[in-house]
Amino acid sequence: MSAAGAPSAPTGPPVVSNLQSLWRRVSQGDVGSLPVIAGLVLIWLVFYSLNPLFLSPRNLTNLVSQIADIGIVSVGIVLVLLLGEIDLSVGSVYGLASAVMAVLSVQYGWSAAPAIVAGLLVGTAIGTFQGFFFTRFRIPSFVVTLAGLLTWFGAQLHVMGEKGTINLDDPTIVQLAGQFFPPSVGWTLAVIAVVVLATDLFIRRRRRAAAGLPQAGLAGDLVKLGAVVAVILGATAIMASDEGVPLSLLILLGFVVGFDLITTRTKFGRHIFAVGGNAEAARRAGISVNGIRIAVFALCGTLAAAGGIMGASRLLAVNYNSGTGDTLLNAIAGAVIGGTSLFGGRGTVWSALTGALVIGSINNGLALLSAASDVKFMVTGGVLLAAVTIDAVARQGRQRAGV
Amino acid sequence: MTETGGWPGGHPPTAPSGGPPPSVTSDRQPILQLRAISKHFGAVEALSGVDFDVYPSEVVALVGDNGAGKSTLVKTIAGINIPDSGEIWFEGQHVAIHGPRDPAALGISTVYQDLALCDNLDVVANLYLGREEVEPPVLLLSEERMEQRAREVLKSLDVKIPNPRNPIAALSGGQRQSVAVARSVMWKAKVVLLDEPTAALGVQQTKQVLELILRLRNQGLGVVVISHNLANVFEVADRIVVLRLGKRVGTYERKAASEERIVAAITGAEFGKFQPQV
Repeated sequence: MSAAGAPSAPTGPPVVSNLQSLWRRVSQGDVGSLPVIAGLVLIWLVFYSLNPLFLSPRNLTNLVSQIADIGIVSVGIVLVLLLGEIDLSVGSVYGLASAVMAVLSVQYGWSAAPAIVAGLLVGTAIGTFQGFFFTRFRIPSFVVTLAGLLTWFGAQLHVMGEKGTINLDDPTIVQLAGQFFPPSVGWTLAVIAVVVLATDLFIRRRRRAAAGLPQAGLAGDLVKLGAVVAVILGATAIMASDEGVPLSLLILLGFVVGFDLITTRTKFGRHIFAVGGNAEAARRAGISVNGIRIAVFALCGTLAAAGGIMGASRLLAVNYNSGTGDTLLNAIAGAVIGGTSLFGGRGTVWSALTGALVIGSINNGLALLSAASDVKFMVTGGVLLAAVTIDAVARQGRQRAGV
Repeated sequence: MTETGGWPGGHPPTAPSGGPPPSVTSDRQPILQLRAISKHFGAVEALSGVDFDVYPSEVVALVGDNGAGKSTLVKTIAGINIPDSGEIWFEGQHVAIHGPRDPAALGISTVYQDLALCDNLDVVANLYLGREEVEPPVLLLSEERMEQRAREVLKSLDVKIPNPRNPIAALSGGQRQSVAVARSVMWKAKVVLLDEPTAALGVQQTKQVLELILRLRNQGLGVVVISHNLANVFEVADRIVVLRLGKRVGTYERKAASEERIVAAITGAEFGKFQPQV
């Protein structure tokens, strides 16, 4: 069929129709990542006005290396939230996986790669186990993973034994968070990213044209691409003017981009959204609902372990407190602040990154202002409440629009 | 599904086991035939000896009071209930239906009242739910191919959706029903069962859905509609089958039936010179 048969004939120039569709989406409750980006800009401006050092290249580079571990854990939380479930054990898995890696590396003398893989597999095994209990016995996921929170923290204490702290000395493990690439590498990667993004946009437009499908406005697509390119190049320029591009940021981006591709462009990802949107409909469509659930919990456990390994690398040590405290809450809060719905089926992996940036900025900015933990927790709590309120209000908007 | 062979002697039985009434449209072959279907739930006889035919290019309405056995009969065809006794023939073949996958493989699809759509996914994704197409080398979704086919299907059924990339949540009730129906027929369906397709709809949306039902009929499908709404039934049905207390009490040509007569058959009340047109 030809584009002329498309019912969505633009009512104005492309940019106007893009704005209209944007407004329609927002008014119907599909707010996407707009609130979090607006919130992030606001938070940055406030901290900048209180202390100009906040937006210095050194501090921004610090900020992105500080959020790598929580951001990676948050990617797993986004996947679980997309199913409409929750995993409360990620903090304990974070701690246990880093403890296992540290003990194997330091006490048993394992080299970096097997120690890291062992840590990751601990997370995979735990996630699979919890997913199995959740699906097989139909215990609500928050109860299964609450039991996990306690159990795996106990396991972490057991693995560490008498030692309260294990200092990491393996150069490869330490490099995960400590390595910085010189500007030349940063710029090369940035240019590759821009070329890939532009090529992807071009190929998709060409394929739609070849299939005779209506196109989104070229201007709108180019504006979006331009915004993303500006962020990539701007971030590269900022980091290049200081220590360079941290490896930890690249690892975080690798997880985010990889899982964004998986969730938005593969059958498996489509099925995650389907199960989160309407599990019964997914089941009747022949999707293995329990298989998807177990796989997602396994991924979430693996990502929590990866976050723990990154965190251990940044602190150069694992101790009794690794993964306790606010690790779990920040990972969940980040995903929700980033715009992933608690009610399942709506969200994007990118919210792990944007949410972690918001929480990381609050922690980092308040630390620059020498504020104590009391203020930090209260501000983070307020931002989280604002984010879930936006989610709930958007959900009501969807229900109104959906009638 | 197991096919146990064709009709003995190559001819469908016009009067097997107890002898169903000769069909009022006997010049054509039924695509789906149920013979003497019985189903008990404990002591309750939900269906007893029910015969039911569906022809290509016709709309059969299945009406009856609550508890008359309409849902049980539909679930039997859909493979959710397994009958205690009786035979099912499809396209002249005796078939055994052991589960929901068997009718789907034959080309019988069912749209339940809850529609089974994912509100958060767009129309294209819902049409392809569980049957997503991927590009061989990297196994990414072939969005363009799926959207192209989805638009064709919607267009061929004259279903008006502003943009098939909108999520289901943004559609009206009538549009959602239409998407669910389109999905049920786009995978080579020959018979489609619609459970209360207009129950929750307004006047305008009901009209859309009834028109869609007629288009399905005109494309050669056998359509079974369960409905409480006799006005709607009279608008689209070619034949009306009345169930009461698990038994078929009458089959009426729509053109020759009146609403009063159907109501009388549903309730079991006397009605004038009441004679079922069996």
